[in-house]
Amino acid sequence: MDPAWDEFIITGEPFILAGQIAILVTTIGIIFILTYFKKWKWLWNEWITTPDHRKIGIMYIIASLLMMIRAGVDAMMMRTQLAAPNMPFLGEAQHYNEIFTTHGTIMIIFVATPFLIGLMNVAVPLQIGARDVAFPFVNNLSFWTFFWGAMLFNISFVIGGAPDAGWSAYMPLASNDLSMGPGQNFYLLGLQISGIGTLATGINLVTTIIKMRAKGMTLMRMPMFTWTTLITSLIIIGSFPILTVALAMQTFDRLWDAAFFTLQDGGMPMMWVNLFWLWGHPEVYIVILPAFGIFSEIITTFARKRLFGYTSMVFAIAAISGLSFLVWVHHFFTMGAGPMVNSFFSISTMAIAVPTGVKIFNWLATLHRGRIRFNVPMVWALGFIPNFTIGGVTGVMLAMAAADYQYHNTYFLVSHFHYVLIAGTIFGCFAGTIYWWPKMFGVKLNERLGHWVFWLFMIGFNVTFFPQYFLGLDGMPRRIYTYFPEDGWFSLNFLSTVGAYMMGFAFVLLVYNMYYSYRYEKRETSGDAWGGRTLEWATSSAIPPHYNFAQIPEVKDQDAFWQMKQEGVDPNGVEEYQDVHMPNHSGNPFVMCVFMFIGGFGLVFHWWTIGIIGALGIFACMIQRSFSRDDGHIVSAEEVRKEEAEIREGQANENG
Amino acid sequence: MSNGTAATKKGHFPWKHVVGFISSIVLTLVALWIAFYSAFSVRTIIVLIFSLAFIQAALQLLMFMHMAESSNGRIQVGHILFSAFVAIVVALGSYWVMEFGIHLEHHM
Repeated sequence: MDPAWDEFIITGEPFILAGQIAILVTTIGIIFILTYFKKWKWLWNEWITTPDHRKIGIMYIIASLLMMIRAGVDAMMMRTQLAAPNMPFLGEAQHYNEIFTTHGTIMIIFVATPFLIGLMNVAVPLQIGARDVAFPFVNNLSFWTFFWGAMLFNISFVIGGAPDAGWSAYMPLASNDLSMGPGQNFYLLGLQISGIGTLATGINLVTTIIKMRAKGMTLMRMPMFTWTTLITSLIIIGSFPILTVALAMQTFDRLWDAAFFTLQDGGMPMMWVNLFWLWGHPEVYIVILPAFGIFSEIITTFARKRLFGYTSMVFAIAAISGLSFLVWVHHFFTMGAGPMVNSFFSISTMAIAVPTGVKIFNWLATLHRGRIRFNVPMVWALGFIPNFTIGGVTGVMLAMAAADYQYHNTYFLVSHFHYVLIAGTIFGCFAGTIYWWPKMFGVKLNERLGHWVFWLFMIGFNVTFFPQYFLGLDGMPRRIYTYFPEDGWFSLNFLSTVGAYMMGFAFVLLVYNMYYSYRYEKRETSGDAWGGRTLEWATSSAIPPHYNFAQIPEVKDQDAFWQMKQEGVDPNGVEEYQDVHMPNHSGNPFVMCVFMFIGGFGLVFHWWTIGIIGALGIFACMIQRSFSRDDGHIVSAEEVRKEEAEIREGQANENG
Repeated sequence: MSNGTAATKKGHFPWKHVVGFISSIVLTLVALWIAFYSAFSVRTIIVLIFSLAFIQAALQLLMFMHMAESSNGRIQVGHILFSAFVAIVVALGSYWVMEFGIHLEHHM
């Protein structure tokens, strides 16, 4: 394939032109600001090369928010196109297909997953009383593979054309015959590159949690978010290799004419669907379990009670992780696999509702007779319970294979998965971000604005998606770009679009709140912003010092920090400071991932030379890393003592 | 780091890794040769390829994954059971689900 220049850069679409101009202006703006304020060195030394889990977490969250803006704009364009029958807004089906494909792919792969990984990075090492993750270098590498994979996917709509086969990229629709041009290659390579990072993060977090817990923190004393992170990471390790292999096979089909999933030469298109959902369903739990963990933390903190049924909660998560591998066929009941297969997967799917129900009742029982404070994170957690339950109940309806023949491919399904993904994952991401914001930036987000964001977003969300259940029951298929006045779907669709704009406005307000609070809100003076129960609130300062704890706290109970406060133990009352061993910075991961981007870009366009240059660059970076000795560095006891003294002095002045 | 494994200590050639790497390649090539050029029946080929795959998996676990080096056997056992569970679900599950479309003689 050798596209002509005018095919290489997409032209002729007003929205894409606007996107191109926006990218150009933003890039120039960023370069100008960084150069003008002489921030390049700062960016490289403090952020790009950092092994610090908190900074990597912040970068994950910022990148996910940016991706959420992009995929959110996609969503608004879709809702505008569907606001009325025969809308001319997007012009043609092709453009709409591209937009729902990128919306879905970005929201799952480049928003939900990395957002939660970002929060894990921020909170988990602190919660278990560790100084960093087990493999800080790999952690930095994971972030950059995600980032450059996302960039590769995102440039598709201005260069070469966006993928248009849906986020599930079913074969043979995604094959060369039916998806011409490089669009689908962007999907394959972008996901492949970022998948490396997700898998590495899974391994990293499992090792961290198993090996690096503070003294006395047995598995059954771990905070619930750490538990969900551990189980999520195990699911990542079990499921992401399936995606890697499936993507590689489809890449071979498209680039080198292999016949794994083709219609001819003995290929099996349904095998792609099978493999995709073997990964895809565990992925659903990868993005929901950490959210469950976040809500557990928030509900216990703001109800000021110990989590009800801790042990049953742990077993519920473990059961969900096992079941998550046994339900994938419910995504394609209509394939025609026969009654035995469909019945099995119908029952296993319904079985998942049991441990999930256990969790819902545990949260309700935790709230029961708690002294509840209605701070913003808590409001999100309380909003989550009823909204998520609606999504869960409709999920059980869809789980019945016979009924699914009616619901499948309609807006009923669209509404169902938005109810679980938004009310579960996105509410969880927002709640977690607001909850741990003081840990990241040393300041709380403004509460007044925060309540406005919650109510606007929550009402907007229901106005958007509740009507879609009825549109689905009325037969409106998903992924159509327009409909006729005779269909009678206008009023509900219009309502849905109004809700989408409310959500969009709420999101803008949330981002504004981040800016507003950073400028005007009062700085936190202690590490314990919310009256927390777990170790991340036990640090000596609001933003933890780079070594996290001058002395690793000793854990004697569940809710370790709460118990210390009850007994009047000061976790930072250190008598004798020790040397601290910390990881070194490294620019290697960033460079390696730039080469991944370059190589991936070459493969997208069949430019083998560029592909090989990318591969050589990756290997060069690997070899450089393998042959260099990096034992980290020691922060001396004296330096730690000085830094702790400074922190205490600062707090005394604030309070004085 | 003072507690580095043997392979990371200075001046110690990582024999385990090299042996594991070369034998993995050899086992893969043998499997390829059997599938493409041997005259065995389809059933025999499948049995042979599966056996080679299991040998290679065991080899990699021992050579690269430090299976024998942990101080805590329980966690290793847990991980192996979980991996076996996922592997069985992926392989047998796919076979069972896709059975309606698989006709072996047609594909050979």
